[in-house]
Amino acid sequence: MDKTPQTKPRDSWTFSPEINAEIRRAAETGIYDIRGGGAKRRVPHFDDLLFLGASISRYPLEGYREKCDTSVTLGTRFAKKPIELKIPVTIAGMSFGALSGPAKEALGRGATMAGTSTTTGDGGMTNEERGHSEKLIYQYLPSRYGMNPDDLRRADAIEIVVGQGAKPGGGGMLLGQKITERVANMRNLPVGIDQRSACRHPDWTGPDDLEIKILEIREITNWEKPIYIKIGGARPYYDTALAVKAGADVVVLDGMQGGTAATQDVFIEHVGQPTLACIRPAVKALQDLGMHRKVQLIVSGGIRTGADVAKALALGADAVAIGTAALVALGENDPKWAAEYTKLGTTADAYDDWHEGKDPAGITTQDPELMKRLDPIEAARKLRNYLAVLTLECQTIARACGKSHVHNLEPEDLCALTIEAAAMAGVPLSGTNWIPGQGGF
Amino acid sequence: MQTIDMATTPLRELNAALQAQAQQTNQTQWVIENPKGAHAVAVGLDAPIEVTVRGSTGYYCAGMNKQATINVTGSAGPGVAENMMSGTVVIEGDASQYAGATGHGGLLVIKGNASSRCGISMKGIDIVVHGNVGHMSAFMAQSGNLVVCGDAGDALGDSLYEARLFVRGSVKSLGADCIEKEMRPEHIEILKDLLARGGCDAKPEEFKRYGSARKLYNFHVDHAGAY
Amino acid sequence: MCGIVGLFLKKEDLRPQLGTLLTDMLITMTDRGPDSAGIAIYGDEAGGLKMTIQSDTPAQTFDGLDAALSAALGAPVTMKIVDTHAVLSLPEGSEADARAFLKEKGIRVMGAGVSMEIFKEVGLPKDVAARFGIRAMGGSHGIGHTRMATESAVTTLGAHPFSTGDDQCLVHNGSLSNHNAMRRVLTEKGFAPQTQNDTEVAACYISSRLAEGANLGEALEGTLEDLDGFFTFVVGTKNGFGVVRDPIACKPAVMAETEDYVAFGSEYRAFAKLPGIDTARVWEPEPATVYFWER
Repeated sequence: MDKTPQTKPRDSWTFSPEINAEIRRAAETGIYDIRGGGAKRRVPHFDDLLFLGASISRYPLEGYREKCDTSVTLGTRFAKKPIELKIPVTIAGMSFGALSGPAKEALGRGATMAGTSTTTGDGGMTNEERGHSEKLIYQYLPSRYGMNPDDLRRADAIEIVVGQGAKPGGGGMLLGQKITERVANMRNLPVGIDQRSACRHPDWTGPDDLEIKILEIREITNWEKPIYIKIGGARPYYDTALAVKAGADVVVLDGMQGGTAATQDVFIEHVGQPTLACIRPAVKALQDLGMHRKVQLIVSGGIRTGADVAKALALGADAVAIGTAALVALGENDPKWAAEYTKLGTTADAYDDWHEGKDPAGITTQDPELMKRLDPIEAARKLRNYLAVLTLECQTIARACGKSHVHNLEPEDLCALTIEAAAMAGVPLSGTNWIPGQGGF
Repeated sequence: MQTIDMATTPLRELNAALQAQAQQTNQTQWVIENPKGAHAVAVGLDAPIEVTVRGSTGYYCAGMNKQATINVTGSAGPGVAENMMSGTVVIEGDASQYAGATGHGGLLVIKGNASSRCGISMKGIDIVVHGNVGHMSAFMAQSGNLVVCGDAGDALGDSLYEARLFVRGSVKSLGADCIEKEMRPEHIEILKDLLARGGCDAKPEEFKRYGSARKLYNFHVDHAGAY
Repeated sequence: MCGIVGLFLKKEDLRPQLGTLLTDMLITMTDRGPDSAGIAIYGDEAGGLKMTIQSDTPAQTFDGLDAALSAALGAPVTMKIVDTHAVLSLPEGSEADARAFLKEKGIRVMGAGVSMEIFKEVGLPKDVAARFGIRAMGGSHGIGHTRMATESAVTTLGAHPFSTGDDQCLVHNGSLSNHNAMRRVLTEKGFAPQTQNDTEVAACYISSRLAEGANLGEALEGTLEDLDGFFTFVVGTKNGFGVVRDPIACKPAVMAETEDYVAFGSEYRAFAKLPGIDTARVWEPEPATVYFWER
């Protein structure tokens, strides 16, 4: 009997089974992989930071008794009617089209119950959404699908989208399966075609033109509505500074973990910077212009917990926005649909083919049967609960750091667990006073 | 007739006065003097009033117009009548880039030439240009009609959807997925009406029609070069 | 990201008004660039070489500078101080020695030439124009710029116009996407940009091509091949004035021509006060097309 030991089969790290599968898929189809969601690779994130908390040198606040305010006012620079929110967490822009009508309704209802705003997306404003959102931010996108002056005036603020964290420099893509008659009508497109959204606005390019575009929108809306500028996490220092120079009331900064309804996987995973690395440069830009807290900063891209909220605020944000987390709260990727995810060749928590419109949870779909699975009232309640937890968690941390308002959290309340996170967030490595990479970004 | 002189009246007052006419339609005739290339002149109107702008305007004149008839006696800067919903905008001179961009309805008439990207991403607006249009005109145009009595520049109708393009003169080049199509009797009728409304005495028979080949409507690897 | 203006006079009689016309044009472009402003003006030729220098501490730096430079060169030097700038008049052929002398003293040279003077500072166009008394300047042609800084610093040296060769200047609206690679190529060739500004790379590119024997038209054509990104360039030379836009041509550009002048503006409103503008031929320069006027 031959007893010669055998070598164990070993997967290549370079040519891993995942890589090989992708090569085979590309060879078969000739098209890049398109999917939804944000970056899935591990990047330095808020988990790599810790709060210091109070003990003897600082005094903590008593939970539930001593006040820890969470209110936020957005748009105080030029707008006559700034947005007042009860909590520092807003719902990010997601389109009707990418999401079903009931899902948009649930977002509006849940956000309203929680005292915060929700945001339209690439596809215009629906009545479900306007009707159920006490505060609705209307996105002004390159495609201008469904754009009209009446909705502009029905909105509570206008968000000019220049970039998105999942794809800074890229446009949108909604595959034919989701262009139903209603979606097609709203977008003036033929039914069933692949909809391609432009990467640049059709009638302006660059900050000098943007300033004039902002003037026009303010003139149409009587200088009432706050103007937000949304940028992807690419060059956060320059882009924040230029948004301010062009006249923004609010800057929305979306890091690479920020989601999308559909984009090339190569774009999602290889373009843009981690959210953690984007915040300090953006805040520095605001500080250099004397505009920190005067032009508000909303950070999005991978916010999941109240700790994430507190850390983003401590690094200098005025509020955060959630997209993917809100969808999960509504019921997206719920393991109760496990059998159906298996049929689609995936698993619960990994399903990201949002562009195909076959979402078993009935959220990223336009299929009437699937849509029925989402009860907007129940889903809204879940979102409200989740937003309440985010807020309570954030307050818990803020109180532990002795803050009577969550905005009084500061970078000095933080330390980092890794050198990478310390460098990106500009806070010291735990146990040291060392901030790697100080002096530039 | 109401006259507003921009040399003495701030832009905000001008637009507020015009925008307020939605409720008070007695004053139907307005004249704006001394625009001198100012931006956002007569934007967001929503009433059947007639506004004459004496001179040349900057960016986004008549932006998002509804119902109003706006006449610019000089030339118009970038994005004139952008996202127009209804009504009529007439430019006696030339129009800069992005004329009628993303317009959803109404009629835009340019008596001179239009620069690049005329009718970019148009969504139902009708545009009649007496002169020429620049490059990338009707890029990603979704619906509506673009009539060019002169010549068209490079890449006309690139990534076109369902808008109809009519050009009398030469076309320097067609964009991806844009092709010449047969001019059928129904198109002659549509064009005749547009030319009449645009104040143009050209004959419909002199035009060629261009439209989408619809090869980019659903991805196919053999057309990947066009992306 | 910026506003550009330019004016090239075809007739003598408007020459005394050049500074005033350019100043009015520049001020209309303030919204496009509130960070800094600058102007290059082609004025009277004094028979020698004019060198515009700049100092943040003009009182000390310029005190006795003309005498010291005169002694160093062994030739007469005159100096006209204008706020933070001064224009030195030197004998022909002394440029290299003068530059070496000024470099040793740590004095910035903004530009040199037989007719070009160049003034730029941080601040609003109206303030910058007033500081330098641009309104009172006469000349044959000039180029002005208001800057909204994108990625490089808001400093005097980061302001436009950039001059990287005698009587040459360039202003830019847009954003180049391959300027770092081009900066390395130009540095190899001995045309190293002094700032991190993408526009200076374009100016150095033009200077390098001219030094290699290209005419201005060919050098401008070359930008279409070798520079990537979005740009509108307006350039001045001793006798000429040129314009080129990138093939995509998203940044605004408008031109006007009468029997008296050729004017360039990022927006039409820059022309509002020009004489005879109501009957001028007004048009937008075509993408990837070089326009050039020479006297």
